[in-house]
Amino acid sequence: MTIYTDKIKEIAKRVLAEGKVDMVIGFRKGTMPMMNQPLYATSAESADELIWDSSCGINLANYVTDKKGSIGIVAKGCDSRNIVTHVIENKIKRDQLYIIGVPCTGMIDHHKINAMFDGEILNVEESGDTLTISGSGFSEKVIKTDVLRQNCAVCTHRNPVIYDELAGELVAEQKNVDPYASVKTVEAMSADEKWNYFEDLLSSCIRCYACRNACPLCYCPTCFVDESRPQWVGKSQDPTDVRTFHLLRAYHCAGRCTDCGACERVCPMGIKVREFTKKLNKDCLELYGWEAGLSLDDRPPLDTFKTDDPQNFIK
Amino acid sequence: MTLIKIDQQRWGNGIEKAKSAYRVFGPVKEKNGHDFKLLETSELPDLNFQNTRLSPKSIIYPQSQVMFTYSLDETKDDCRIMKEVENVKSPMAIIGVRPCDALAFPIVRRNFDTPEYQDVYWIKAYEAATFIGLACNSACGTCFCTSAGTGPFGEEGLDVLIIADGNDLYAKSITAKGASFIQAAGWSSEADSAAAAKIDELKTAAESSITSLVATDKIKNKTILELYDAPFWEQEAFSCINCGTCTYVCPTCWCFDVQDETFGKSGIRMRNWDSCMFPLFTHHASGHNPRNFKYERLRQRFMHKLKYYVDKYDNGIQCVGCGRCIRLCPVNIDIRRICNKMNSFDAETCVCDVTSS
Repeated sequence: MTIYTDKIKEIAKRVLAEGKVDMVIGFRKGTMPMMNQPLYATSAESADELIWDSSCGINLANYVTDKKGSIGIVAKGCDSRNIVTHVIENKIKRDQLYIIGVPCTGMIDHHKINAMFDGEILNVEESGDTLTISGSGFSEKVIKTDVLRQNCAVCTHRNPVIYDELAGELVAEQKNVDPYASVKTVEAMSADEKWNYFEDLLSSCIRCYACRNACPLCYCPTCFVDESRPQWVGKSQDPTDVRTFHLLRAYHCAGRCTDCGACERVCPMGIKVREFTKKLNKDCLELYGWEAGLSLDDRPPLDTFKTDDPQNFIK
Repeated sequence: MTLIKIDQQRWGNGIEKAKSAYRVFGPVKEKNGHDFKLLETSELPDLNFQNTRLSPKSIIYPQSQVMFTYSLDETKDDCRIMKEVENVKSPMAIIGVRPCDALAFPIVRRNFDTPEYQDVYWIKAYEAATFIGLACNSACGTCFCTSAGTGPFGEEGLDVLIIADGNDLYAKSITAKGASFIQAAGWSSEADSAAAAKIDELKTAAESSITSLVATDKIKNKTILELYDAPFWEQEAFSCINCGTCTYVCPTCWCFDVQDETFGKSGIRMRNWDSCMFPLFTHHASGHNPRNFKYERLRQRFMHKLKYYVDKYDNGIQCVGCGRCIRLCPVNIDIRRICNKMNSFDAETCVCDVTSS
């Protein structure tokens, strides 16, 4: 996907020069392998820093929430779905945005790749579908599809759903993937097994809230965990409070989550936090035939009422 | 100082023996990397790591720590009396502390142990601990300890320094506490005369493996307001998501928040690590937030470490160059880049060097 870089720079410089936008939000190369940094460019010079590769896993829709002015934004499939959700939820106006769509072939999982090597990874070069991963005393070629983030491996919306211009040709969507395989595994567990599974999943959480803060959906002026009157949840490492945070966070995303995987990417402890949101995505699909962020014209199921809405779960 | 040589068998036996006198902590490989844990019987520290994901600070200063208990039961004599909780009971030894993390303890001590205020919880735990360091033979790409007042073989904050040379280990006792631990472990074979030269060689090689250098020399001579009002903060803060990762993985971040939790008629008063990245940090009861915008919160983190601390204590920066915040920041905010910007910032011309690291 590195071939998109030149096109992104060209578009960014053009829309800035034409005065179409005040800034273009994209990524610049990070100071660490597999860690690119969100950046806003306001001039041709800063637009020259823009890049694209398979480590642009942060969701840039998170950076336009409640912004004023005209903004160019580089958006892969999931980012574009969160832009749609933002527009539906009145967090930005469609006509404020110039969307530079990036047909995406998936982002790489830096947690997984780091775990594959004993030594420190000092460089990751991307060329087509191959990554060359090297460090002190080793250099290995890896096929990108083997190290995709889990949400990217099962993604069925790689192309942007809305855009003003594309940075490359549209890519083929994946057909033979089961986006909910991991949820089904958990659903098949007994209650005790589920309990133990989630206890283990959350055991290393340090409550840094990176998962919440990287999520474009989490824009409440004051998050429920930060409320003090009343205080809904304790602030310690007590497992009840840790669990409460994660479960409520997931439920606040029900019917809104695009499975962009930003929450999982940013977790410093490598916790698979998507296990929660994914289950709710599956429920929304099964109950309402709904996948978030696909159209500006449809209201989300949880803010509409239909007389034939399923209600079997009300007991 | 006497240098003790320890072979693999004596190493394991010594640690096992020391467990009768100490609670022994050491790095253990977890799901996603190494972290410090209390070692069980016959469990050995795993020394095959570059650095632990989280620093050892939580052993002395837990993320959540109960300080007092209280009762709200009016029928009891001790109703509404805060009772101090005894947090530390027995000596502990922390094995495998990297020199950068070791330096963090004397830095943090300047905050918790002052002539005016003594934080009994921190001090008791600190005094109960013996720090057994592990010299770094090769640095990570993100390490800049030699720019932060220590080095891969640094000794400040340590009681013993262990140096690994292949399968052989050498122990250098630095303090009386360290000598006691070595004695408790029963390590007594003096290294031969060639060992010291070998260690010097390892040390030189380790120091030359550090590729990140950060300049801090000019920060002290700038005024607080020059740096506070510098134009780059909003730009540097753009990508920040205001999570607490940098703070929580940092060995020198010491801020905490006090909370009471009541269950029925009894309760606890506890403290939890806080983070200046959080909107709630030092939020006033009046509703006023002294750092309402994210760039102000990001600025606080770097100004505290690299300017306020420098001015207040005149003892270097409040950073040990471990590089954890660089490795784990989800949006690649790099303290080396910001430090260099602050150091080279010229308020007259509003110009600072832009470096890639």
